[in-house]
Amino acid sequence: MSERLLSTFPDERGRFGPYGGRYVPETLIRALDELAEAYEEACRDEGFRRELDGYLREFVGRPSRLYHARRLSEHFGGAQIYLKREDMNHTGAHKINNTVGQALLTVRMGKRRVIAETGAGQHGVATATACALFGLECVIYMGAEDVRRQKLNVFNMQNLGAKVVPVHSGSRTLRDAINEALRDWMASVETTHYILGSVVGPHPFPRIVRDFQSVIGRETRQQSLERFGRLPDVIVACVGGGSNAAGMFYPFIDDEGVRLIGVEAGGTGPEPGQHAATLCFGRPGILHGTFSYVMQDEDGQTLPVHSASAGLDYPGVGPEHALWKETGRVEYTQVTDQQALEAFRTCARLEGILPALESAHALAYAFKLAPQLRPDQILVVCLSGRGDKDTAEVARLLGMHVP
Amino acid sequence: MTANPIDKVFAEARAAGQCVFMPFIVAGDPSLAATGRLLIELSRRGASLIEIGFPYSDPIADGPTIQAAYTRTLASGIKVADVLATVADAGAQCRCPLVAMVSYSIVYRRGPARFAAEAADAGFSGLIVPDLPADEAAELFEHCNRVGLKLIQLVTPTTPDRRIRQILARCSGFVYYVSVTGITGERQKLADTVTERVQRLRQVTDLPICVGFGVSRPDQVRELAGIADGVIVGSAIVRRVAERADRPLEELVAEVGAYVEEMARAAREGSSGVRRSCSGAKREP
Repeated sequence: MSERLLSTFPDERGRFGPYGGRYVPETLIRALDELAEAYEEACRDEGFRRELDGYLREFVGRPSRLYHARRLSEHFGGAQIYLKREDMNHTGAHKINNTVGQALLTVRMGKRRVIAETGAGQHGVATATACALFGLECVIYMGAEDVRRQKLNVFNMQNLGAKVVPVHSGSRTLRDAINEALRDWMASVETTHYILGSVVGPHPFPRIVRDFQSVIGRETRQQSLERFGRLPDVIVACVGGGSNAAGMFYPFIDDEGVRLIGVEAGGTGPEPGQHAATLCFGRPGILHGTFSYVMQDEDGQTLPVHSASAGLDYPGVGPEHALWKETGRVEYTQVTDQQALEAFRTCARLEGILPALESAHALAYAFKLAPQLRPDQILVVCLSGRGDKDTAEVARLLGMHVP
Repeated sequence: MTANPIDKVFAEARAAGQCVFMPFIVAGDPSLAATGRLLIELSRRGASLIEIGFPYSDPIADGPTIQAAYTRTLASGIKVADVLATVADAGAQCRCPLVAMVSYSIVYRRGPARFAAEAADAGFSGLIVPDLPADEAAELFEHCNRVGLKLIQLVTPTTPDRRIRQILARCSGFVYYVSVTGITGERQKLADTVTERVQRLRQVTDLPICVGFGVSRPDQVRELAGIADGVIVGSAIVRRVAERADRPLEELVAEVGAYVEEMARAAREGSSGVRRSCSGAKREP
């Protein structure tokens, strides 16, 4: 790796060092080229930026707060813990930052139909919401197994005017929903935009999603400078596909003094099928159109993954995270289902905040780290979403039943 | 290095004014034994080349029929090494060249150089890697050249003209023209644009042009035989195999063989009288 600043990736071919690229059928190449071009134009257009900022402020409710978690800080007796409250956004998670941006881009490209994949339903709800806002037709692909587990979100997407299509192929979960959305797009590229929900997939998606999510890190940076007169010492975020982490880390990526830590889903153990910690336990390979870390067998077949948190339950990860791992700029670690659950309860009881189980992974690691830091150090955790959606799963993990 | 059998097939077909028929089967579906038998039977029944799909867990270019076959086959525990061994075993008795349809995920995991070498050793004459667009294919193209394998590239209805030359620069054996904007699977009607697009391709390449995706009936094959050097049928065959998975192997092989024979005949009939125009293009030696 040369001395090139990490913030200058990807290159024009969509490469983050060796990672990224476009591994998709020829049919999709033109749409990806057009999307890249439309996005470049939008980036250069001050009007687009202003319009997006307007929606983020008025509709999403940004900027989100950088909240001083005093009781948590006292409890762990080390660093000052601050929570970046993405859970306070409209629809309850960071996902809306990306869907509003991409929906606006869809309108700009003159397309009237949107497709998207969803696992637990957070990105599906955020996409359906943005489509309702801009009057776009919306079709959400969702694994049949996830449709069964997430009835409430399915109902909400339908209320927002989206059509939810259950996917019965393969493992009937998120990765099959992405396959099916890509298949739809193969046949509908002329009229349809695919709003991918994370920093994964073929170029230019990893870059577009990172850029739209970077509002998280930009705000955190500004809030830190205003409040502390300096940047935070450590920032922690959870990583599934990696969109909230990419958005949080990217604006700090050239600031060597800020320690960045990505926390993956350690599930129930380190064996294949027990976790979804792709960067910790996987290796480089191809999945869903990009070259990055993946959970695969020796033949290149995707392995099953597990996490109590549906939003982290994915066998791949964004290619930019692969670069950040390889250069050592970001540390990647993992916590188990049980540790995330404990963090969920601690945050709820000490701060009055129910975090999403995804975000609870970041909290769990922050809670381990905080006591090792000094009280004058600042530790920021990206609280990517709220935990109402996880009630049933939390009850299951606690061996309880919610009526 | 001896001449690649794919070149030989198309040279002979062009000399005879014939369009060739290329069936697609999924390796290991419903069993490796069936695949071995089908390779021999289909070549006997008039297939000029056979395309063999390597089962993959996340095939984004494939419709429900082929996808389901991949899922079944992987569930039965079939590995890449099993597919290569089966092809190597059947190769001696299968008279036509074999082309592997394989996801880049599989190729990359084994290593592009090693995969190309092992495929050539097993008796494959060419590779189609549907999720490796020409822009990313430089390395694999080199490795294929080194071991005498063709690397076949896809051109689709959405491919801009300016991109076609770039694709052709990394394409050998034949050009796979995808007749529809979409995934594999049987369709009622062929796209209106096929003839025009194939003719435009002829103006920029001497490579044989084969048309696939969406083709399932003899009348469609006959129609395409008037314009293409080859016609590829996948899902319609994979469906017939799936429907007969529980029947005795003899029956499965005979009935799928009969269907392929009918399609191969349609390709021959469609080509007679209609000459594929190679406008200004030089014929293969």
